[in-house]
Amino acid sequence: MYRYDEFDRGFVKARVDQFREQVERRVSGELSEDNFKPIRLQNGVYLQLHAYMLRIAVPYGTLNSTQMRMLAHIARKYDRGYGHLTTRQNIQFNWPKLSDIPDILEDLASVEMHAIQTSGNCIRNVTADHFAGAAADEVADPRHYAEILRQWSTVHPEFLYLPRKFKIAVIASPNDRAAMQFHDIGLEVRKNDAGELGLRVFVGGGLGRTPMVAKEIRSFLQEADLLSYCEAILRVYNLSGRRDNKYKARIKILVHETGLEDFKAQVEAEFQRIKDGVLQLPRESVEAIEAYFAPPAFETLPAVSETLSDAVSKNAAFNRWTRQNVHPHRKDGYASLTIALKGTGEAPGDVTAEQMEVIADLAQRYSFDELRFSHEQNAILPHVKQDDLPAIYDVLVEHGLAAPNAGLITDIIACPGLDYCALATARSIPVAQSISERFADMDRQEDIGALKVKISGCINACGHHHAGHIGILGLDKRGEETYQVTLGGSGDEQAAVGEIVGRGFAADEITDAVETIVNIYLEQRVSAEETFLETYRRVGAAPFKEGLYPVQEAA
Amino acid sequence: MSTLFKDRKPVDDTWVHLDGEQPIPQGADVILPLARYIDDPKQVSGRVGVFVEAGEQIEALRDHMDAIDLIALDFPTYADGRAFSKARLLRDEWAYAGEIRAVGDVRIDQVLFMERCGFTSLLVSHQPTIDSLLAGQDPGISFYYQPAAENAPVPMAAEQTARPWLRRRSV
Repeated sequence: MYRYDEFDRGFVKARVDQFREQVERRVSGELSEDNFKPIRLQNGVYLQLHAYMLRIAVPYGTLNSTQMRMLAHIARKYDRGYGHLTTRQNIQFNWPKLSDIPDILEDLASVEMHAIQTSGNCIRNVTADHFAGAAADEVADPRHYAEILRQWSTVHPEFLYLPRKFKIAVIASPNDRAAMQFHDIGLEVRKNDAGELGLRVFVGGGLGRTPMVAKEIRSFLQEADLLSYCEAILRVYNLSGRRDNKYKARIKILVHETGLEDFKAQVEAEFQRIKDGVLQLPRESVEAIEAYFAPPAFETLPAVSETLSDAVSKNAAFNRWTRQNVHPHRKDGYASLTIALKGTGEAPGDVTAEQMEVIADLAQRYSFDELRFSHEQNAILPHVKQDDLPAIYDVLVEHGLAAPNAGLITDIIACPGLDYCALATARSIPVAQSISERFADMDRQEDIGALKVKISGCINACGHHHAGHIGILGLDKRGEETYQVTLGGSGDEQAAVGEIVGRGFAADEITDAVETIVNIYLEQRVSAEETFLETYRRVGAAPFKEGLYPVQEAA
Repeated sequence: MSTLFKDRKPVDDTWVHLDGEQPIPQGADVILPLARYIDDPKQVSGRVGVFVEAGEQIEALRDHMDAIDLIALDFPTYADGRAFSKARLLRDEWAYAGEIRAVGDVRIDQVLFMERCGFTSLLVSHQPTIDSLLAGQDPGISFYYQPAAENAPVPMAAEQTARPWLRRRSV
């Protein structure tokens, strides 16, 4: 993974010193909240319902055990003993004191981390496939491109006050595990006919109140042009993106209102002007960053692990966990695994300090000191030996981390909602917990199969409800929490925005509604192999509407 | 009351700011609204500056680069960053060499970004920012992860052999 050099260390240290001085001015009253707000936002500090919230950047979701242990230390020392993984591969702490935040940032800097640009109308943390560098289906590890973009976008003087926030995701597989097409810029690493690596560029995707799937703006961009092309897109957006209405300010609206061809022509003109300039990436510079992401020293192992097969045959619970949470790896004898932070009745993505330390220990011992956070709010060990899976499983069970539900109905994405968030219109976490409890039976979950439930507590869609196979949006209807259901959304390579099925449900009805939807799917599917999404795409919304809204109501 | 800063030092503002109607004083250096300037680029006998609102495009000025001595770009609020990109286009694409002045909601935390995008003067009304600049406070840090339209040549970072996008401010 990327390691700081003197330059990076100097930068982060200067930034911490600067923020410490600014916080002192705020605490002393010299800076008003109005004057402090733009400063704190550029440093990841939000003011939430009950307290300040600090969001820490985890670039492309990759971190090592030392960093994870520091997060545990922060949770314990400055927070209430836990943290929360976000849908952009970051982690946030909900209860820090403002006066402690400079110390937290200094602790983070000591392990090469920071909270810069995790909020505000700037280029946010660059995300990537959580199986990057491990997945069997990728053309390359995309993270060096993400790292180059991270550096270029860090305190870019021109792009810190954009019309709205700006999110970039990078993948390198035809199977999109990063919801790339719901980003402002989505990049897919691919090879051209000459075998050179380059990037397919998408623009204008996003969720929020006007969800849109990104459009392809360039089928193959030379690697050397990565920064020039992104800078051209950002410049056009910064100059022309709408600023009259924050809900129409994302680049998706600009692309939509301008028209893709016209927008593309504007970007192309700016790109042609700057492409041979200082932003051009020499191959050797790309290689220098790529070297940080060199594969670890994998052993040569048999494709099938006898230790694993043996354990699978003897232990049904372990067998179930391997079916759901273990994923194919590019190297024989290895696997990636999902540590689901979604035990029955738990708040999705919450992880205690103790669990962070357990995960750090496992990463250090079994996964070349590397772990990941996924946008689905789980932790990932990317490179474990199949032989080690039984031992890892035992540790996970001991610490309540062995939920065998990755990709199943209870592997729910949920935003913090009205329990924490100042923008929320309804609670999300209790809905997730209720669904989790209703479907706790693992045989039933496995029978239902792949099903992504995503819950947002307001129209800003941090819980990605538009991309949920079943999406749930919490609204406030005359003082009552009401949950609107969408069906058929997807954040994968066949990205789609879910369709609203009808009137919303009260808090005490929504879990029943989900169960009704699931039962209709089970009736409608042609076989156990046909997933919920496939069934929905085949039969459409009608049977679900009939089940959810019986006829007498329609009159 | 606004204070004009150049190179972070307070200086007298010798320019007369006119709206769309006010008569042009003979021989004075005047700043005109964009539309009024385009209406008759030769109406000013002294030096001429142009004020560009945040919502206005700079395209109309392209053919007048040599005639204009000052371009004032507006920040109606600190959060409106359009002027950063306009300054970059003026410097990088049109090779504009005159004064680019930041006006409006100019705040200390944006000063370095303005300088890095090509602004050469700041008309500041935000009192904490005036106080900070008068006190000589340095608003930014000196490690840059990307080239921009630096006014003065910026020394390359030593690390630049591997990462040509890095810059370091001379202190």
